[in-house]
Amino acid sequence: MNVLTSKHWSPYAVGAGIGVLSWFAFWSADHPLGVSSVMVRLVAVVENAVAADHVAATPYLAKLKPFFDWEFALVIGLVLGAWASARLGRSGGGEPVAQGRAWEAVIGGFLLLFGARLAGGCTSGHGISGSLQLAVSGWVFFICIFISGMATAFLVKRGEQ
Amino acid sequence: MFDTVPRILLGLLTGFLFGFLLQRGRVSDRRVIVGQFLLRDFTVMKVMLTAIVVGGAGVYAMHAAGLTKLFVKPAQMAAVPVGGLIFGVGMVLLGYCPGTAVAAAGEGKRDAWLGLAGMVLAAAVFAELAAGFSKSIMAWANLGPVTLTDVTGVSAWVWLGGLGLAALLLFRWLERREEHS
Repeated sequence: MNVLTSKHWSPYAVGAGIGVLSWFAFWSADHPLGVSSVMVRLVAVVENAVAADHVAATPYLAKLKPFFDWEFALVIGLVLGAWASARLGRSGGGEPVAQGRAWEAVIGGFLLLFGARLAGGCTSGHGISGSLQLAVSGWVFFICIFISGMATAFLVKRGEQ
Repeated sequence: MFDTVPRILLGLLTGFLFGFLLQRGRVSDRRVIVGQFLLRDFTVMKVMLTAIVVGGAGVYAMHAAGLTKLFVKPAQMAAVPVGGLIFGVGMVLLGYCPGTAVAAAGEGKRDAWLGLAGMVLAAAVFAELAAGFSKSIMAWANLGPVTLTDVTGVSAWVWLGGLGLAALLLFRWLERREEHS
């Protein structure tokens, strides 16, 4: 079977691939893999178009210049890569979203990114890139998401799956 | 506004490969992610631990050869755990983390697009509060950019070797258990 069109790859192969991709990112871009700060970059771009003074007066946004950087491009590439993979493997696709699920997704996304920015990274930036450098911050984050994630899952998701 | 063209192209290429890997690894499927937190599906753990051990070995080898710096984030022992605990709740409710939500959005999953809307909203709110947080919770108990080697005195290679061995034992146990079920 053609490896490019097989629906799934072994999680070990995918993990090793992400590890090697980390080497490439460190070496080629002087930058670890990370995603969550790009959401702030997106906010900076939009606010800069409508209220540039406010962005200039908000160090958390102003310090991100140039807004459209390697990491921003990484996230655009991520959308395209996942799209190409799903097309080649004939998986994915849009299922309709029930109203309750829609609110759950928006609120979940809000908590996810608020938590990531407070902690200073997400599953990629802390969980993988931080942990692989043996950063104390990465391992503390990794352990904490499992504690609250398991508690939440056993409380509200147990019956769903 | 824009970074240099070579860096933009490198970012696009790296992201493309990252998205391809996440989608093929099934971690852009929210049943797989929620299944991990319910301890029913260990795909997320297999992907992450393998990435950490393989990535860590290469990055530390490149660092020893002078080919890369390390980019260790500060161990803010109040903000990181609190942020992580909030993140875990969000990850289970949404069913994705930021990277896998972007991948799932690329696949066309509509709940992932809604999750991204919530994320952008949180980013806008956080940007307004960041100055206050940086003087309070993010400054509390900040140990700086320390690694496990810094705090224990045990070499990075011993840590990575130990992690690799622990991961192999866990994977062997998981594969045997999955064979029987």
